[in-house]
Amino acid sequence: MDTLALKKTANEVRKGIVTAVHSAKSGHPGGSLSAADILTYLYFEEMNIDPKDPKKADRDRFVLSKGHIAPGFYSTLAQRGFFPVEDLKTLRHVGSYLQGHPDMKHIPGVDMSSGSLGQGGSAAVGMALAGKLDNASYRVYCLFGDGEIQEGQVWEASMFAGAHKLDNLVFIVDNNGLQIDGSVEDVCSPYPIADKFKAFNFNVIEIDAHDFEQIEGAFKKARETKGMPTAIIAKSTKGKGVSFMENQASWHGTAPNDEQYAQAMADLEKIGESLK
Amino acid sequence: MADVKKIATRESYGNALAELGKDYPDLVVLDADLAAATKTGVFKKAFPDRHIDCGIAESNMVGIAAGLATTGKIPFVSSFAMFASGRAFEQVRNSVGYPKLNVKIGATHAGISVGEDGATHQCCEDLALMRVIPGMVVMNPSDDIEAKAAVKAALDYQGPVYIRFGRLAVPVINDNPDYKFELGKGVVLREGKDVTLVATGLEVGETLAAAEKLAADGIDAKVINIHTIKPLDEDLIVAAAKETGKVVTIEEHSVIGGLGSAVCDCLSAKAPTQVLKIGVNDTFGESGPAVELIKKYGLDSEGIYAKVKEFMA
Repeated sequence: MDTLALKKTANEVRKGIVTAVHSAKSGHPGGSLSAADILTYLYFEEMNIDPKDPKKADRDRFVLSKGHIAPGFYSTLAQRGFFPVEDLKTLRHVGSYLQGHPDMKHIPGVDMSSGSLGQGGSAAVGMALAGKLDNASYRVYCLFGDGEIQEGQVWEASMFAGAHKLDNLVFIVDNNGLQIDGSVEDVCSPYPIADKFKAFNFNVIEIDAHDFEQIEGAFKKARETKGMPTAIIAKSTKGKGVSFMENQASWHGTAPNDEQYAQAMADLEKIGESLK
Repeated sequence: MADVKKIATRESYGNALAELGKDYPDLVVLDADLAAATKTGVFKKAFPDRHIDCGIAESNMVGIAAGLATTGKIPFVSSFAMFASGRAFEQVRNSVGYPKLNVKIGATHAGISVGEDGATHQCCEDLALMRVIPGMVVMNPSDDIEAKAAVKAALDYQGPVYIRFGRLAVPVINDNPDYKFELGKGVVLREGKDVTLVATGLEVGETLAAAEKLAADGIDAKVINIHTIKPLDEDLIVAAAKETGKVVTIEEHSVIGGLGSAVCDCLSAKAPTQVLKIGVNDTFGESGPAVELIKKYGLDSEGIYAKVKEFMA
């Protein structure tokens, strides 16, 4: 898929995000929108997966450690064909399989249940370790929030991954700079993020999370790096693509009302028009 | 009891893993720098590639086990009960219990019989913490034979299991040719008509000895060994309660949330019965030799005998 096609797909993913959250009247649009390009690249370019056979043994694995951006994850999976895009409107509704946070038991394409911050990295490490034990060729990807890395378990998992040289593992930090209570710097600064992962024996790559050429370059470099895991620090814009949500901590976990939804979709339609 | 063979169930845990490792290639064992104490060292020696020392990071260890389980491995997570069920509670709940992953938790050094290390390491809350997680199987074997059988049963069961083991060497009480371990089934070890004594873990041996003392006083006690606290053998408990009228539960665990609570939950709904709960009475433990502590906290056969006598008066 070329860069233009990826951009178009990511824009459709973003439409699915605001549609799902609007329908649910709750959920997390800000971080979903900031991670949409990374998620799109993973599922449309990088990962060896098959929507028709979501559990195939040799598939690459993805763990959404920042599980609250389920709308971004589900919208990507739906665009990729794991389940109907129309189902996104059932997000968070009673009886829907699209739970508020990822549920591996019921959602095709979800490799690990998540949502309690800090835990996904350990599960991803376990998957990567199993790959090493079995000499399997699959790779494992795990997406964290930059606020999430305040959780100590992230660093327990990182210490293990570095110590065990898990070069089949990629940690990605969606560095949108905002968390519920404000900027990550003001709440409890995780910076310098790159130096922290370097200290835990990671190959660290810093990119613009909305530049597909940089995203592609980072994942290529991760594949080529042997003997250590890779951490991609992806500098992003929270709420990316929806004008009034961009860089607003208040849109971390708020759903748009009908008027705001119409505005958000108009913003995204406009971006879509520009991608021709 | 000098002539009775004694072995700590943590030893049984390590030995069972080492034996079963041959037949179960997907069995992997995780430790958090306590392999020497949890006795998984024997497994490590036999299968070095399948023993993973996670360092002193129990929460991460449980998460790694969850990830391993998603790929078809059968991980046994080993640590002290305090850290396996306490430190890592939320990881067990959210990364193992909620996705119903095939992770087994081998928790050693449970209860006050940890001894000299004292209250910080004497977990008397683990059965309560694990029992409340939906779908979690909770086992507390009484001796070497039962502990090994519990490990095998956990391996053959698909889903999360918590097994509690002890540090203290305890008498082997199930060494008979008819012994059969069935997950979720209690075992009647002694018939009696006056009262039912329901015991678990190392208290099963103490309770059997207490029953003999009670018999000498004319109290005929039925003794049931509950090695699986969840799912509880409710049919057996209800039948025994109806038969004997009174029930006593005995456990080396808080009287809140463990076997006693499980039995009361069952009987209050199905056969309201007067129940005496013997256990650790909503208090922390302390340092001291294990046997002395068990006596001090009234969990030896003498203590059980005295409390049941009073209950029956």
